Amino acid sequence: MRNLIAFPLIGLAVILQSSVISEVRLLSGYADLLLLILAAWALQKRVESSWHWAVVACLAVGFVSSMPWFVLVVGYFVVVFMARALQKRVWQAPLLAMFSVVFLGTLFMHALSFVVLQILGTPFSIDEVIGLVTLPGLLLNMLFSIHIYAFMRDLARWVYPFEEHE
Amino acid sequence: MNSRSLQTTIIFLIMGGILALALGGYLGSASRQFSDVLIEIQTWVSTRFLGFQDFVTAPRDIVSLRQRNAELETQVSQLQAQLIEMQQRVNETEILAALVDFSRSNPESTYKAATVIGRDPSPFLHYIIINRGSNDEILRGMPVVTNQGLVGRIDAVIADAARVQLITDPASAVNVFLQKADTSAILFGSVTGDISLDMISQNATVEPGDLILTSGLGGGFPSDLIIGQVVTVRTLEFELFQQATIQPAVDFTRLQIVLVITNFRPVDISPLVPSTSP
Repeated sequence: MRNLIAFPLIGLAVILQSSVISEVRLLSGYADLLLLILAAWALQKRVESSWHWAVVACLAVGFVSSMPWFVLVVGYFVVVFMARALQKRVWQAPLLAMFSVVFLGTLFMHALSFVVLQILGTPFSIDEVIGLVTLPGLLLNMLFSIHIYAFMRDLARWVYPFEEHE
Repeated sequence: MNSRSLQTTIIFLIMGGILALALGGYLGSASRQFSDVLIEIQTWVSTRFLGFQDFVTAPRDIVSLRQRNAELETQVSQLQAQLIEMQQRVNETEILAALVDFSRSNPESTYKAATVIGRDPSPFLHYIIINRGSNDEILRGMPVVTNQGLVGRIDAVIADAARVQLITDPASAVNVFLQKADTSAILFGSVTGDISLDMISQNATVEPGDLILTSGLGGGFPSDLIIGQVVTVRTLEFELFQQATIQPAVDFTRLQIVLVITNFRPVDISPLVPSTSP
């Protein structure tokens, strides 16, 4: 039941992303709050609803953004997949796993956006995209990832409380 | 004369002599030294007394001062909040006044003011979200302007909000007219938010500072909306067209309130474009 927190939380995240984060620019790039939330949530040990959260995030961002919906679906699901895969292998170093997922996830998301928009006819200069959008966005994502991870870890403890064995 | 009356007479004589010396100004330095000593003594006593008084009454004063300080700090924070709110209102009023001036000076169009409430979450796209939608008779394709110039056009509409594609968007292309050079060109956006001109005829003489307006060609925008000024021109002999970088008239990083031109209907000319297939 506590998993329903996904709806207000992701809704709030989309609002923040649209109105605040997108104004906090480094060159032409900015952080992806939804990607960070999904990655941090999927990295929590006892979390079983990460795929559901990804669906909600895709719906919420797809409603606001003019980015083709399949970019969001593929991008966010790959991020969750990477996080789940890493969570099983690097569980002793959760922050390392978070950094890895954010690093790879951001690069994948940007590469996917770049390729799809190019195919759809939007002209891009790859130098500009890498230098002014992807690298600054990556840096901001890495900076925010610690705080988001800490917040999502606390939220996971609230959503999935420890069972008491007597 | 007895001894008592002699003493009295001497005293009077001495007193009279001192008085005469004083009136004659001969006692000035002596009286100044005397008064200096008196003042020093009085200052010393007064300072010690005030110090003692402070020592005795200080604890009570500190408590009352702290209370008063807290009250004043609360008051200052309230006033600061009010000040920020007032500044926001002044800013909004200034923007609205400029927009009203703009709409008065362009009476051929009808406008609907809208507040910018967000931007596209993706850094690859340059879109804004405004708080007016189909309930306010906003339709897809309507141009969006400010008093400074062209902003973009409505891309998607829901009941109470709409998404606007800015002219800085990489997928945006606007037919423009260079007033001084008397030639047409196409304005393109980019992922960095810069705008540039392409397809400028090699025969045209374009110079920095030339004004760029919408041409109205293609039916996507009304004509004569200001876009910006030419900053630099790139002319290469082996290329078919010249290119130019543009300084936009609108500050796209500080968009707060925009105007939607509601009496303009974009024309879809795609059926009129001849197909390339045989």
